[in-house]
Amino acid sequence: MTYQSERDERAPGVVSVQGASYDTTEARPGRAFLARGTGRLTSKTWFVLVAGAILPILALTTWTLVSANDLVPSSRLPSPADVWFAGVDLAERGLLASDVAISVQRVLLGFGIGAALGLSVGAIVGLSRIGDILLSPSLAALRAVPSLAWVPLLILWFKIGEDSKVILIAIGAFFPVYTTVSAALRHVDRQLVEAGRAFGLGGPRLFATVQLPAVIPSVISGLRLALAQAWLFLVAAELIASSMGLGFRLVDSQNNGRIDRIFFVIILLAVLGKLSDSLVGLFERWIKRRWT
Amino acid sequence: MTTTAPRQNARDVSRAVSIDFDGVGRAFAPERGSGAARPVLRDIDLHVEPGEVVAILGTSGCGKSTLLRITAGLDAASAGRVRIDGSPVSGIDARTAVGFQEPRLLPWRTVHDNVALGLPRGTPRSEGAVRVEKLIDLVGLGEFAGHRPREISGGMAQRASLARALARNPGVLLLDEPFGALDALTRLKMQDLLLDILSAEPTTVLLVTHDVDEALQLADRVVLLARDEGGEPGATIAQLLTVPGARPRDRGSSELAELRASLLDGLGIDRHGDGRQPLASATAPRSL
Repeated sequence: MTYQSERDERAPGVVSVQGASYDTTEARPGRAFLARGTGRLTSKTWFVLVAGAILPILALTTWTLVSANDLVPSSRLPSPADVWFAGVDLAERGLLASDVAISVQRVLLGFGIGAALGLSVGAIVGLSRIGDILLSPSLAALRAVPSLAWVPLLILWFKIGEDSKVILIAIGAFFPVYTTVSAALRHVDRQLVEAGRAFGLGGPRLFATVQLPAVIPSVISGLRLALAQAWLFLVAAELIASSMGLGFRLVDSQNNGRIDRIFFVIILLAVLGKLSDSLVGLFERWIKRRWT
Repeated sequence: MTTTAPRQNARDVSRAVSIDFDGVGRAFAPERGSGAARPVLRDIDLHVEPGEVVAILGTSGCGKSTLLRITAGLDAASAGRVRIDGSPVSGIDARTAVGFQEPRLLPWRTVHDNVALGLPRGTPRSEGAVRVEKLIDLVGLGEFAGHRPREISGGMAQRASLARALARNPGVLLLDEPFGALDALTRLKMQDLLLDILSAEPTTVLLVTHDVDEALQLADRVVLLARDEGGEPGATIAQLLTVPGARPRDRGSSELAELRASLLDGLGIDRHGDGRQPLASATAPRSL
């Protein structure tokens, strides 16, 4: 079975199919059949969607059962229904819309600024040796600063306004983009770059024609990471100093003992994060198909 | 002498220009430390006529690609100079176009757009499109103009690369082992294709190859680069042969067989021949 022997060459005794490892030291034909069978199933869209939903549904069921039977006091674990009504209540008061709106605005602004800066600085460091020598040690040191350490400074400098939060989020979004772009540019196929030069391209034209398209897939991956970072830094910023937004709603609910709202906001953050990530993920897949 | 020669109308037969190598040498800086520079090429003197096809033969590492890169302006000579159409080469030269050993096509562009990359800057869009289409047809890729490089074979990619070089309307076409990575049959077909292309788009050609037969099939003259064992370091011109006969040549002709023998000896290859002594037998006696 060629399928089997191909795998064996790479890692003796282990067949790896879509991330899962199977020991092939016993029952080879059967294992191979099984592996091939799951290989087909895991490539079906409906299966991916259904299988992905299994764990959340299981968790929701357990949660419902636990709270319905009063296994945990509702001051510690509200029922799913409580959480749902807390959300409806927030929506009716108009707080939900304003919280989500301001948080999304901060994320988009911070992400946009951070990503744009990350792209430009990453390009400078990745393309020019002197830029690399001058900038990368300092940037590596700045990246090592824990995100929350910036908060006191930003609040002192920019007060508790939008600026301080957007800047913190921009810092968070900057580094993933900067790192992936500079590394990818350093590894652009030298032969392609030389071919570009041989056909009279140089400077910005060479960048636009050869180097930038060559790193587009990496740039998208960097943007995806940066977006995740942006949500992370958003909540950090809003937890500490704000009067609006999802992070503020968390602190506010904590102070008022509204554990149902805390649950609601956490779930909302998960959904928003996943949604934005999926959007960029779709874009990423499209780009990769088109580019490689 | 200024070079305002009428090259505007470059699609003419007259676009082919001459190349002169005046004592060209190249030494590479030592890898580390302050050791002596490592000479690769020395004392290359050669005049190439406009429209001539000259093959550069040599063992690997003898500096033949370096010589080509210097001509293209991708590398700089450390001694002497290269003149194209009488004026020295400095930096990437618009009068030359390079076909590399690898196709080096941009994977995210179609064949058509890759070929268009070769067009001289400032070519009007419509004129460029016509030219690109013509070249793609010339190399027999008409059906594949909209394909991406990963969707075509290695031989087709190499043809696209050749079309890209021609799109530049070069006075000098520099080919660096253009068929070296192809299988033997495809290589023979590509050699014939190159001859067809050159009759449609005549230009001066410098062809680096390690294939003696390819050199004899394609070139007007063959330059053999070799080091002088025990002499000065660095390779220089060891043989300069004029290949007789009009192209395409009979691959099996006896005249070519003799030239092949001489070149193989120059490359230090034992022919395992028919008992005739190799030409260099005086210096390299064959052992039993």
